[in-house]
Parts: sequence; C-alpha cells; structure tokens
Amino acid sequence: MTATDPVLRFESVRKAFGEQVVLDDVSLEVPEHSVTVLIGASGSGKSTLLRCANLLEEIDDGAIWLDGEDVTDPRVDADAVRRRIGVVFQAYNLFPHLNVLDNITLGPRRVHGVRRAEAERRATELLDRLGLAAKAREYPDRLSGGQQQRVALVRAIVSEPRVLLLDEITAALDPELVTEVLSVVRDLKEQGRTMVLATHEMAFARDVADQVCFLADGVILERGTSAQVFGDPQHERTRRFLSRLSDAGRL
Amino acid sequence: MSGAEVSADPVMGRAPYQPSERRLAREAYRRSRTRRSALIAAASTLAVATVLFIVVTGSPGWPVTQKTFLSPHYARAALSPVLHGFVLNLELLAVCGPTILVLGLVIAAARTLRGPVFLPVRLLATAYVDFFRGFPLIILLLLIVFGVPALQLQGVTNDPIILGGTALVINYSAYVAEVYRAGIESVHPSQRAAARSLGLTYTQTMRFVVLPQAIRRVVPALVNDMASLQKDTGLVYIGGAIDAVAAAHIMVAGSFNYTPLVVAGLGFVILTIPMTRYADWLTRRMDRRRAQGGIV
Ligand SMILES: Nc1ncnc2c1ncn2[C@@H]1O[C@H](COP(=O)(O)OP(=O)(O)OP(=O)(O)O)[C@@H](O)[C@H]1O
Ligand SMILES: [Mg+2]
Repeated sequence: MTATDPVLRFESVRKAFGEQVVLDDVSLEVPEHSVTVLIGASGSGKSTLLRCANLLEEIDDGAIWLDGEDVTDPRVDADAVRRRIGVVFQAYNLFPHLNVLDNITLGPRRVHGVRRAEAERRATELLDRLGLAAKAREYPDRLSGGQQQRVALVRAIVSEPRVLLLDEITAALDPELVTEVLSVVRDLKEQGRTMVLATHEMAFARDVADQVCFLADGVILERGTSAQVFGDPQHERTRRFLSRLSDAGRL
Repeated sequence: MSGAEVSADPVMGRAPYQPSERRLAREAYRRSRTRRSALIAAASTLAVATVLFIVVTGSPGWPVTQKTFLSPHYARAALSPVLHGFVLNLELLAVCGPTILVLGLVIAAARTLRGPVFLPVRLLATAYVDFFRGFPLIILLLLIVFGVPALQLQGVTNDPIILGGTALVINYSAYVAEVYRAGIESVHPSQRAAARSLGLTYTQTMRFVVLPQAIRRVVPALVNDMASLQKDTGLVYIGGAIDAVAAAHIMVAGSFNYTPLVVAGLGFVILTIPMTRYADWLTRRMDRRRAQGGIV
C-alpha cells in the first residue's frame, strides 16, 4: 500500500437490520487512485457496505473515514460528505422526469453552483466520451440498460468526487454492454480515480482490481491483490466460493 | 501490498459483540441532542402559547366575545343536542364514505379502460367527472333535496337525509375518481409491462399490480376527501335534517349566543383528527414493511 493516507477507511463497521447482523466487523482501507473490488455471495452485504459509506444507512458501530474525517460522527454534515462521494446504484436510479442532460447537471447546478452552460458543456463532453452524445435530450426510460448505466456513471463522476462507489453496475447488462461499461470503468481507473465496486463479474474484478475483498459472515474474510485472492486463496470459504463460480463458468 | 491477509478464524474465534466506546459515546450524544430538541420544542411552544393568550385575552372586545362565543353555560347546554346531531353526521359518513370510495374507484377504472368497445363507458365516466366536479355542491343539494320531491315520482323517497346523502355521493365520487386516476397514472409503466409479461390480463394487472400501488399512494388524498366529506355532511341540514350543525343553529336562534356553533365546530375537528392520524400510521406502516429505508 502507498504511504499516503487512504481516501476511504472502514474501521470495525457493524450494521444490523433488526436481528440480522449484515456487517459484523468490517475494516478496510481504500488508498487513493486504487480500485477496490468487493466480492461475495448474494446477500453478503456488499451493497450495504457501500450504502453505509455514502451515509444512506446509519452504522451501528465502528467508524468510516473519508480523507481523515470521521464521517459517521453524528455531528458531521452528511450532505457535505455525500458531495465528495459519487455513487452508481445497482438499479441506476436515474430520475425518470428529467432528460439525460438534466439528470447529469442537476447535481453540479443545484449543489455545486455551476452555471448551466458550463455544467452542460462538461456533461456533453463526458457523454461524448462514452458515446452517448446523441442521447443528451432523451429521457431515461427510452434508453437501453447499458446506456442508462453509462449515464448514471457520468452523473456520478461529473462533480469530480473523491471516491466512486459502484454497486454491481453491470448486473443487468448483456455481455457486450458489460464490456462497454467495464471499459469505461477501466478508463476511469487510468484517470486515477479512486473506486470501490461490488461485482459478480469475476473476470473483470480480476482484471481491474488493485485489491480484492471477499465478504462473508459480516467480515472481510480475505483480502489481497487479485493475483493473491483469485490465484492462491488462503481461506477455505474463499476457495469454495471461487470454485463454485468457476464450476458455473463465471471465472 | 503485502501478502493476502486472512483474518483469524472468522466463525469460531470471533468474540461476542460488545458495543464499543465509540458507539456508546455516539448514542449518548444522540440522546442529548434528542433531549435538547425536546426542551427547545417545549420552550418555544410555551412562549408562543403565552403570547397568544396575552394578545387574545388582552384585546378590548374579549369579555363580550367570550360571553357570546365561549360561554361555559351555553356550551354545557348545547352538548347533548349537538352530540345527538352528530349521530346523524356519523351515520351519513359511514354510509356515504364507503359508497364514494367504491363508486370513485369504479369510475376511475372505467376511465382507464382501453379498447374501442369501451369508448361509451369511457366517455360516460369522463363526462360524469367533468360535470359533477364543476357543479357546486350546494346547488346540487338544493336541486336534489327540493327538486326530487317536487317531481312526485312514485316510489322515490322524499327523505331529506337520503336525498342529501345522494347529492354528497354524486359530488364526492367525481372528486375521488380523479384522485384514484392520478394514483393509477403515477404507477410506472414498467410495472404494467412486467405484469403483462407474466401473462396477467389487463384486468388482472389493474387488480393485482397497479391498483394496490396506486391506492397506497393516494391514501392521504382520500383521507383528505373523507375529512372534507365529514364536514359537508353538515350541509344536509338545508333539507331539514337535524344534524349537529342544525341542532346548534336551533339553539343559537333561541338565545343569540353562538357558543353551540363553536361546540359543533370543535366536534368536527375532534372527529377528523383520529382519521388523519390513523391514515398516517397506516401509510407509515406499509412503507416500513416494503421500502429499503435508510436514513435519507
Ligand atoms: N433495508 C433493509 N432492511 C432489512 N434488511 C436488509 C435491508 N437492506 C438489506 N438487507 C439485508 O441485508 C443483507 C445484505 O444485503 P445486500 O444488499 O448488502 O447484499 P449484497 O451483498 O449486495 O447482495 P447482492 O450481491 O445480491 O447484491 C441481505 O440479507 C438483505 O436481506
Ligand atoms: Mg447488492
């Protein structure tokens, strides 16, 4: 790991829904300009961990640090924290009543006070890069899943967040679109963005991750470079999870 | 990065959970915030109440106003006849309310029917809503309560209560139909698509997928209409029925003291509040069970 402080740090995070303890004791550091990939069975708490980082859920115990600030402190202004985090949800969550351009410029204009012309110029530039320039005036419901997902990505990065949280952004896409969206993520990595992503797309995880975390039983059971975790998993549970995947032809 | 880390045996070796210092401190802080908020709320309420009390009781006309509108003597005297009158209001609400809710739903569903066969039904429902939503309730009441008996139709009642109730149902079902329709249209088209792809028919889609979501969304608006209906049941007194308003009015005419009307008015308020709270509670409970929640 680099000598600099991590952008995002989870310290013994605990989160329960009623009786069900989803995250028991999760500690994790996300260094700057690195890609952290969360893997684990369905229901292991990947989405929950990301939602906690974005302060959409209140954690029960532990702390989450963003740039050295404890963002889970009840005194913290949650909106100011969220402004520094970009999120793409599993289900896109584009605003259906706004067209693509307005979806993307809503944050910059209303939150960051960017002027409309400037915000639209920047949005168009990003859309162009993702091959969506022609769809700028279209409404989300009339875009394909892959297009919606890319718009959601643009919406998340347009305000230059410190860290991007991506939750299974390819779950609903066909293989060709998956490649398309993942190449966008790869570009983002090359630009040096810090990202945490949850995925079931192991080939991609292996390829893009600087650090892979295997989540099970509410803890990060195993953590390492993708070569370590995929190539030589130390833990029995990890091995079982990965071999199940490779049996299913997904590795 | 150093070698892969494997945490110590994850299942057996983990100590049972103990809240950390940090959690306890956070909870203490939140509790103190809650206490502070409660204190501020109490203090500001008290201050506002005091100011209001001083302003109102200090005004020059207060003694006279108090005697004509807030006389304890007349209030006590009015209580029994007004309460008696309320029985009629409640009966009207109990009969008209459900009728309106069902009729409105039928009209709204009729308006959303697709296909050329249903054109007349659709047109009729649309015309009904357009007409009766615009037609003033008080005129409708007068026309029905006095007009229908004047026709001297065989087998048609002259009872002002039934006729008045009918007028309320006609007027309110037009409103309620529009509320339902707004709810139906707010359900995202992808829901219809999903339901139809399961093989559900149009009617089944409405019945099992669209309407349950639509109705949930419009519960507050419906409660609003029911509260309004509750007050408007008072209007049947123009046909000669003795409800709470009429009972109060009779007393006022005899004494020129307006306290009975205030009592009747407060009675309506007291009836409406539990209805609204119940609806709030109901929608909250439905949301809690369904939604992902989170803190935003
Ligand atoms: N708001 C909630 N209320 C109650 N339980 C919840 C809530 N959100 C999540 N859960 C539970 O927490 C567990 C973890 O859910 P989560 O969505 O984090 O899993 P995941 O790892 O993202 O799974 P997937 O890979 O399928 O997306 C699940 O068992 C889920 O039922
Ligand atoms: Mg998930």
